[in-house]
This record gives sequence, C-alpha cells and structure tokens, in this order.
Amino acid sequence: MDKKIKVLIAKPGLDGHDRGAKVIARGLKEAGMEVVYTGLRQTPEQIVRSAVQEDVDVIGLSILSGAHTHLFPEIMKRLEESDREDIKVIAGGIIPEGDHKELKELGIEAVFQPGTPISEIVEFIEKEVK
Amino acid sequence: MTNDIEKLYAEIQKGNENIIAQAISMVEDGTKNGLKLMKKIYKNVEPAYMVGISGPPGSGKSTLTQRIVQLWRKQNKKVGIIAIDPTSHFSGGALLGDRVRMNEISTDPNVFIRSMATRGSLGGLNSSIYDTVLIFSLAGFDYIIIETVGVGQNEIDIVKLADTTVFVTVPEAGDEIQAYKAGLMEVGDIFVVNKSDRPNSQQMVLTIEQLVSFKDEDKEWKPPVISTNALKNKGISDIKDWITKHHDYLLDNKLLKENRKQVIKAQMINLMEKTLNEKYIKPILEDEKFPEHIEQIYDKKKDPYSTVEELMPFD
Repeated sequence: MDKKIKVLIAKPGLDGHDRGAKVIARGLKEAGMEVVYTGLRQTPEQIVRSAVQEDVDVIGLSILSGAHTHLFPEIMKRLEESDREDIKVIAGGIIPEGDHKELKELGIEAVFQPGTPISEIVEFIEKEVK
Repeated sequence: MTNDIEKLYAEIQKGNENIIAQAISMVEDGTKNGLKLMKKIYKNVEPAYMVGISGPPGSGKSTLTQRIVQLWRKQNKKVGIIAIDPTSHFSGGALLGDRVRMNEISTDPNVFIRSMATRGSLGGLNSSIYDTVLIFSLAGFDYIIIETVGVGQNEIDIVKLADTTVFVTVPEAGDEIQAYKAGLMEVGDIFVVNKSDRPNSQQMVLTIEQLVSFKDEDKEWKPPVISTNALKNKGISDIKDWITKHHDYLLDNKLLKENRKQVIKAQMINLMEKTLNEKYIKPILEDEKFPEHIEQIYDKKKDPYSTVEELMPFD
C-alpha cells in the first residue's frame, strides 16, 4: 500500500465558524489525502494529542476568532514537548496580515487567506510533505 | 528509531504514544520495518478483547463508543479505539470524522483513538486493522473497539474480526425487510436501537427482537436488543454489561479460541489477496496494453474469460 498524506483539520478555541474548515477537509480528501476532522472548540491539548495519535504529516488550523496569537504558541509548545516538531502546521481563516510574521517565527509554515484556491493548499502540502 | 525493531517493540510495550502511532503508520503503509515488527508481534502478543461497533451512518456509533469507553474508564480499563471510515474510490482520499463525537475522552491518557481509512484497493479487507489491534494489545490496552460504518461486505468482514459485535440502528431505519437486507443483522451479538426518544423506537426494538429470534436455533446465544439514548447517557451500562456477558459466554463455550482462529484465517486470506493483487493483478492493470484488451472485447473480437486465461496462465 502506498503512503498517503494524512492531515488533521482542527478548529482551536471558542469559534463556531466551521464552513471553511469543512471545505478544506473535503478539498484535501478529493485530492487523495486522508483527513482527520476533529470538530469545533478544540483545546491545544486535544489538537496535539490527536495529531500524535493519528501520526499526521500536517496540522491545518482554522481560526476566525482573533485568538491565534494566544492559541497557536500553546499548540507549537505542546508539539515540541511531544517530540513532534516535525509535523508541519499551516493556518487559515481570518488572520490579519500584520500577524503573519509573528506566526511564521513561531514555526507556522504558511498562513492562507480567505479566497485561496484549494489547489494552492494541496500543492503546498504535497511539496512540504514529500 | 523506526529501524530498530527490538527498540520499537519495547517502546510500544511501555505505552509510548508517538511510537505506537508511528508503528501503526508503518503497518498501514506496508513498510518493510512494519512487516518485521508485525512478525515479532504475532509470535508474542495475545490480542486484547475486541468489540466491534457497527451500524448505518448517523446512528450514533461514535457517541455510543465514547459513552461505553467512559464506563470502562471508571473500572480503570485502558481502551484503544480504531475508528474506520471509507476510502473514496474516486480520489483515494478519506474523511475521518469519528473524533468529532469523542471529544470527552480525547485527552484521557488511558484512551488511544486512531482513525483509519479502509484503503483496500481492489476489495478485500485492510489487513492493517488487525495488525493495529495487536499493536494496541502489546501496548497493554484491555479493550479494543473497532468502529465502522455498517454497509457492505467490506464492513461485515471488519466486524467479523471482533469477539463481540454490537450492531447499532435507529428507529427510522425502516421496516424489517430493510433491516434484514442490511445483512449485518446476521453478525450482531448485541443489538442497540439508539435515539430512544424518537417516535417508534419501541416498535423498532420489537421488530429486531422478532428478527433475531429466527436466528440459528441451535446457538445458545440469544442476542439482546437494547434501547439507548447515547446523548442523554441512557441504556449504556446495559450495553457494557451485555458485552461482559457475551465475553463470558464465549469463554465458557470455548468459542473465543474459535473466533481468534477464524480471524487468523481471514487475515491469511487478506494477505494472500494482497500479494496476488500487488504481484499479479496490479502489473496487468498498469500495463499499457491493458486498454487494448478492453477495446477488443468491446469489439467482440475476444471474450473476457479467454483473455484472463491468457493473462493469468495458472493451471
């Protein structure tokens, strides 16, 4: 059996807007990836533990609440504590451009803005995971 | 790390989550080291008690799984969950969404949830499901839940692995003919009618009770039909108790051993089919001449029987 790219799509924190996350999950599935969808209101602990147990290649964080600079550092810290800094983390949702630099310094590989074609995300993941 | 089989084995035994997760991936991806690891595990590990939970989409399997696990956790049992969702035949991808309904147990240190896609490319069962059961068993889990959507032969093959199979349905699932058609009725050891607050739930219980009363007269086990409401946490302890009763029944009648041998046989068939697919069928399908055969058969110049005899000259 061939190796498949496995992605965790998670929505951290208090944020009920899951349309975007579901669209991405479906898009990645249709691109041939195995997508674990964890649902709404996940804590950093839940997200990292799921990523570890599922042994994913990529975590996709969708956030529209504005709490990214608060929640993402905690996720990255826990990934490091779990010895899984090798898992790539990408983000999307409503994330002001002024924050992108800070998130990249934190280790987030890419921040996708609303309107990004799914093909672009697929391409990015395929390139990163290879 | 993943090259040292002895080390891998020891870390799994210690319960190292990273290593357990990565070992499952190795087996899923069919890597050489995954194979070496499994050869060692098969000779050393006794499988933990396997409970299959199956039923139509949306019947509440994941929610029930979570509730049952919560009861086992009160008894200090460690539980591994294999949550299976189908692979798309079109894209080869899969959407694995069972975790959505298991948030209350997802951070419990003694619960390990692994989502898995069916993958199996040309039909047949994904052999890595049983391999994952054994990896969990090595890691010291007391119970292993295998959760899968109950439609189609593939799923029936998956639930047949389990020592106890719980079949979940809902009041709206249709009349007795629908229930009977689904085929899974024949493999259930315990039946659950979930969403008991909905209209006609008692009628569904009676319908299934009638159906299962026709089952093998000479079998001593009479499958119970349990009414539950997973969201409101009603009837769950009945399921847990019946699982224990079924376990005792299998032990008392020496049937557990028999089931485990059936599983080994099924696993042998899987592996033989997989080998046949990969070594013989796949190269034929991928051969650039393969579409020509189809054209010629379509044009009535050949027939599929002689073509296969020519392509696979076994005798």
